[in-house]
Amino acid sequence: MSDNAAASPVVRVRGLVTNLGGHVLHDHVDLDVMRGEILGVVGGSGTGKSILLRSIIGLLQPMEGSIEVLGQNIAALDGDELVRLQIRWGVLFQDGALFSDQTVAQNVQLPLREHTDLPQQLMDEIASVKLSMVGLPPDAAKKYPAELSGGMRKRAGLARALALDPELLFLDEPTAGLDPIAAAQFDELVRGLQQSLRLTVFMVTHDIDTLRATTDRIAVLVDRKIKVGTIASLTHDTNPWIHEYFNGVRGHAALAS
Amino acid sequence: MDGIQRCSDLTRLKRPEGSGNAMSAAVQPPQPTGAAWYRLEPNGDTLRMIVGGVWVISEARRLDPLMRALDPKGFARMEVDCGALERLDTVGAWLLLRTKRRLEHAGVEVRPVNVRDEYRALVHTIDHECRAPPVELPPRHKFTDRLERIGRALFHALHLMYQLVGFFGIVVFETAATILQPRRLRLAALFHQMEETGVNALPIVGLLSFLIGVVVAYQGADQLRQFGLEVFTVNLLGVGVLRELGGLMAAIIVAGRSGSAFTAQIGTMKVNEELDAIETSGLNIIEVLVLPRLLGLIITLPLLTFYSNIMGLIGGMVMCYFDLSITIPAFLHQLQTAVVGGTFWVGLIKAPVFAFIIGLVGCYQGLRVERNAASVGRLTTQAVVESIFLVIVADAIFSILFSILGL
Repeated sequence: MSDNAAASPVVRVRGLVTNLGGHVLHDHVDLDVMRGEILGVVGGSGTGKSILLRSIIGLLQPMEGSIEVLGQNIAALDGDELVRLQIRWGVLFQDGALFSDQTVAQNVQLPLREHTDLPQQLMDEIASVKLSMVGLPPDAAKKYPAELSGGMRKRAGLARALALDPELLFLDEPTAGLDPIAAAQFDELVRGLQQSLRLTVFMVTHDIDTLRATTDRIAVLVDRKIKVGTIASLTHDTNPWIHEYFNGVRGHAALAS
Repeated sequence: MDGIQRCSDLTRLKRPEGSGNAMSAAVQPPQPTGAAWYRLEPNGDTLRMIVGGVWVISEARRLDPLMRALDPKGFARMEVDCGALERLDTVGAWLLLRTKRRLEHAGVEVRPVNVRDEYRALVHTIDHECRAPPVELPPRHKFTDRLERIGRALFHALHLMYQLVGFFGIVVFETAATILQPRRLRLAALFHQMEETGVNALPIVGLLSFLIGVVVAYQGADQLRQFGLEVFTVNLLGVGVLRELGGLMAAIIVAGRSGSAFTAQIGTMKVNEELDAIETSGLNIIEVLVLPRLLGLIITLPLLTFYSNIMGLIGGMVMCYFDLSITIPAFLHQLQTAVVGGTFWVGLIKAPVFAFIIGLVGCYQGLRVERNAASVGRLTTQAVVESIFLVIVADAIFSILFSILGL
């Protein structure tokens, strides 16, 4: 890839307006995600964090504004172009969104089976490589999602998101519902994978520990706008919500540690 | 040295201009630079393997068999020069590491050189996390496996029957408790279910029964005309619709409409852990979910059956008027002579039993749902098939019973 590509943002949101049933969630929002960074997106419940993610990956049509991912305008792509773009990113949904009638290994192999023509033996090997990369034991491969704990389901979902070696990874609340130890392990995992695979990560989260442990920059959704900064700069922000978020009891505890 | 010669020949695939045929995989690399290639060079007692290009997933189909076949015949040491690598992803790194492990296992000393820093983390991660992935053997089906499956299916069916009887017992017990304590009956839920299963089913039940009446009258008229007994079409229609067809049509439509809805609703609630929430709130699942549905159906299906009977007769009447020129008063007169009071009640008395079967099976299958989407679909299908099957079996038993009773 040329230097030019490295300098341009991987995700570029301009003037995004989202209006759900008369309720304005995003009012002309701009956001850039740079190549190789981990961007955390925070905001109160109902401020449209997940909606923003769903707009970027093309599940929701933006009412106004443009969204470019990997240099391509999502809204302007036809079916085949969208598929070619979709295999360059991976998405981890909140509860893993594993296909419940398939084993974990089959779940991980699904993108491989659909988008490549690799022999079965190699797909089996790749599946177990991915599963061990996300820290799942080998016997998890043959289990069904219902037999896994919440944390293991997230790891399996991450393995599926990484199946095609994407450049860009979207994580929706990756540590929600995990105990603090599992959440910390997951943070470490994301950071480690991001470094070894040189991923760009777009992460929606509530978890201030995760923000501290993993992100390079943070985008805060507040008052229908986005404020971008680092933990250090946002801690001194004057906006009451942002101030409360980073300086509240939990924020203090997380940042002090 | 034959093996090496062969491997070297294969590297002629190296760097096809433009998008080469070799890249037949459905994935196009995002930045199509050079294809993956490697070259083997003997260097004293060491075999140098120089790898280059993009070792990524879209190249894996071509590289996989080559890497499996790689055989450094006679060399005890091998050097893998990664200096020319343009891009490396998990799959490419795995192919190289897999080969390294295989050769090391065969006693060859393998040493990677010129690994760029940016790949080190990836190689390190895979090398440390992935020890010997298990080889999955494809399952083999033997004759005894088939026998075992048949046996298991039989025991499974028997077990289900046993459980259904148990569920029947619970429901009867709860129904009795509700009758003794009518305050426990949830009226709002009951009326809601009656609207869903009864009122909303009126259009489809009416239309289909009307058409069945038309068909029976038409077929009957066709046959009876040969004997000059067209007027007995009315008898055939009256007895056929009132005793059997009206009730069966209503029951089968309701089984398809509402029995499936019961399973899907209760099953989805189970997937969402709503059933657990009901239970831990000190509520009774049978009382809250099953009884309103079951009682609603037991009340509405007889009404639907009556409606279905009337629509069937109207359909037949219309057909008789146009096909046989039997006027409406004549039709009604003939109907009165053909249908004795018992015929009507024989048809109607079956409806609550059918309703009970449909409601019981629908709710039971809903409660059996496991926490995955596939099981909701599977058990909904099963609920419909089983309830229609049981309805027809019950109908046959009723026929035998009525013939013994002489009705």
